[in-house]
Amino acid sequence: MPSSLRSLQVHDKAVVTAVTVGGEMGRRLRDMGLVPGTEIEIVGRAPLKDPVALRLRGFTLTLRNNEADFIRVEKRVV
Amino acid sequence: MKTRTIAFAGNPNAGKTTLFNTITGSRQHVGNYPGITVERKEGSVDVGDVRLNIIDLPGCYSLTAYTQEELVARQVLVEERPDLVVNVVDATRLERHLYLTVQFLELGIPVILALNMMDDVRNKGMSIDIAALAKALDSDAVATVARGGEGKKELLEQIVATSASRSGDWQPLVISYGPDIDPVLEQMIDIIEKQQFLTARYPARWIAIKYLEGDEDLRRQGQCDAETSARLDQLVQRLHDHCLKTLNSFPEAIIADYRYGFIHSVLRDGVVTEREHDARLDMSDNLDKVLTHKVVGPLLLFALLYLMFQITFTLGDYPMQLMQVLFNWLADTASGIIPPGYMQSLVVSGIIDGVGGVLSFVPLIMLMFIMISFLEDSGYMARVAYMMDKVFRMFGLHGSSVMPFIISGGIAGGCAVPGVMAARTLRSPREKLATILTAPFMPCGAKIPVFLLLISAFFTEHRAFIMFAITLTAWVMALLVARLLRSTIIRGESTPFVMELPPYRWPTLQGIMIHTWERTWEYIRKAGTVILAISMLLWAAMTFPALPQAQQQHYQHRRAALQQQVAACSDDLCRATKADMLRSLEQDHNATALRYSAAGRLGIMLEPLSKLAGFGWRTNIALIGGVAAKEVIVSTLGTAYSLGEIDSEESSPLAERIQQDPEWNRASAVSAIIFILLYAPCFVTLVVMSREASWGWAMFALVFNSAIAFLLASIVYQIGSMV
Repeated sequence: MPSSLRSLQVHDKAVVTAVTVGGEMGRRLRDMGLVPGTEIEIVGRAPLKDPVALRLRGFTLTLRNNEADFIRVEKRVV
Repeated sequence: MKTRTIAFAGNPNAGKTTLFNTITGSRQHVGNYPGITVERKEGSVDVGDVRLNIIDLPGCYSLTAYTQEELVARQVLVEERPDLVVNVVDATRLERHLYLTVQFLELGIPVILALNMMDDVRNKGMSIDIAALAKALDSDAVATVARGGEGKKELLEQIVATSASRSGDWQPLVISYGPDIDPVLEQMIDIIEKQQFLTARYPARWIAIKYLEGDEDLRRQGQCDAETSARLDQLVQRLHDHCLKTLNSFPEAIIADYRYGFIHSVLRDGVVTEREHDARLDMSDNLDKVLTHKVVGPLLLFALLYLMFQITFTLGDYPMQLMQVLFNWLADTASGIIPPGYMQSLVVSGIIDGVGGVLSFVPLIMLMFIMISFLEDSGYMARVAYMMDKVFRMFGLHGSSVMPFIISGGIAGGCAVPGVMAARTLRSPREKLATILTAPFMPCGAKIPVFLLLISAFFTEHRAFIMFAITLTAWVMALLVARLLRSTIIRGESTPFVMELPPYRWPTLQGIMIHTWERTWEYIRKAGTVILAISMLLWAAMTFPALPQAQQQHYQHRRAALQQQVAACSDDLCRATKADMLRSLEQDHNATALRYSAAGRLGIMLEPLSKLAGFGWRTNIALIGGVAAKEVIVSTLGTAYSLGEIDSEESSPLAERIQQDPEWNRASAVSAIIFILLYAPCFVTLVVMSREASWGWAMFALVFNSAIAFLLASIVYQIGSMV
């Protein structure tokens, strides 16, 4: 059941299924490695719950919740 | 001697700049790319009989022209056509870093892969088959450890060898983008080749890919052949619709997918043996658990800011006093050599006092920059942006606005010039503008002496508290004004935040020193040029027009008379009284002369208005001088209160004189502090602002900030006078 990246909790693991934004935002997300099939893990949230930090391809990326909304993910059940 | 031009490129945090520093050492030159504000770093090194001129391209993640840095990197490669690119990659994160490499290969420029951080690779028990990787990418590869200098020799030899064999030989890599994209791509390449559309600069396939990616920069260039450009656009549009309908995706997204797919296939065939565990990330994660903890994180941040504040002022005090002693000595020496008159006055009061006032801050500013560079290079600054983004976004700013604020003096003692320049990291023009316009509110190092002067005159017992309150006021005002601007004249969407949190690492001494020196030099240069000119100008404004002959003679007669009386005195008491009279005559003379001068007249003219905020005409002169440079305020006040001209050892300090002046009281002191904190950015900052934004916005800051400052200062003074 795909959901949005925003709904994930810290330590959750998931696989990106789609990035539903084009233009500049989409380009930036893809340049940073967020493409379908990428495995991600939520590693933390900022003190005010936003932005969120995630691990992918061996590095740490941070984005805002409203940006995370564009990223559809399939949660990995551990 | 043969010369080769080499470009260093790579993601931010790949260790590119460290490698560049290790290789070129001090043979570096920093400038700017014409028209924009991205730094251009160049250096050179000799290998045998070959001189390598190395351009250190700005760090970037891609060549898609998302940021100015990416655009610059692309332009340098295409326009200057360096012999080859040394692509510095973090070998522990190849999958991520090769995304940029693939784009260099698609452009076709010869590439040497510098597999950096090989020590981390070994420590993790990971292994990379370098030869196989090089073969798969059809490029040369060298293992390096930039921090230790390992692999430096091999890299230089490889550069010489590759540039000799492949210079100018561009061979674009062809990647398949799948059954939907490839046929259209072929069609486009056909058109491009037939029309010779931009082919003088780029490979045909690259142009076609960029059109598919919706690249604005290339489209703009394509306007030289609007017809062909339109034909290409038509094909792109059709493919775009097709992809959306059948795959629910965009062509540029599919291209990115296939690029990552290509990287995956390169790394799969036993090139990289997978790691078990990444110790460096573990260390970083553990640090982050504390440093970005929801309670501890912000507390530590504030504690750190306070510590930096303390260090700057306690440790920075000694070298600062030393500098002041040095300039005092210089002034005394100059007074001894040059006979009294306009020339002496210009050199001592104008040049040495003015420039010396600025230069004595150099140790303080250097200390500040050392600490800021440390935080930047260690990776902590990115966490500051991460933690503060939510708060800053509420005021229409961005997490990355924190840095410009801090550098501008958010922890008292910075400088708005590098602060405004630090706003370059902000991608959106709107947030950048709001940051640039409000950063000069911060209590920069040049404002501090004025605050200290007023505090010691009126609030000695609350020194620390008032300084803290000033800093807090600056932050509150900056955020509120930013909110105001962002909801009125610079309204608009906020920029994507998406950024990397680099792993923590211990900064290298060389890196910090180079960073600090670059910024300090900017400050010193300002003292040598702008402040020098302004000091001379202000001196002239405060000296001319000179008093009319008759009045000058009147003073001379009275002086001569008094001197005769002193000589005629028989006892010490008489001599002391007469000496006092002589001194007050001197002061009266200076005050009258100042009143008569151009600056004095302007100050008096403005008095009816400035009285609203409690400023007398002498203060007005100093404040007008302060528009040129905040450092000038104290020295101008000194001159205006006729200290500079007479024997300073016998007269009371400036703070005391201000305290005794009926024009000054606690209310006007607070009002002055607020006004000085917020009003017009100094001239150098305005110049930088005009470069980063435009002259229009710089002028806006001049008028708008002064208006806000005056309004607030007047309110505070009026309320303060009532109680």
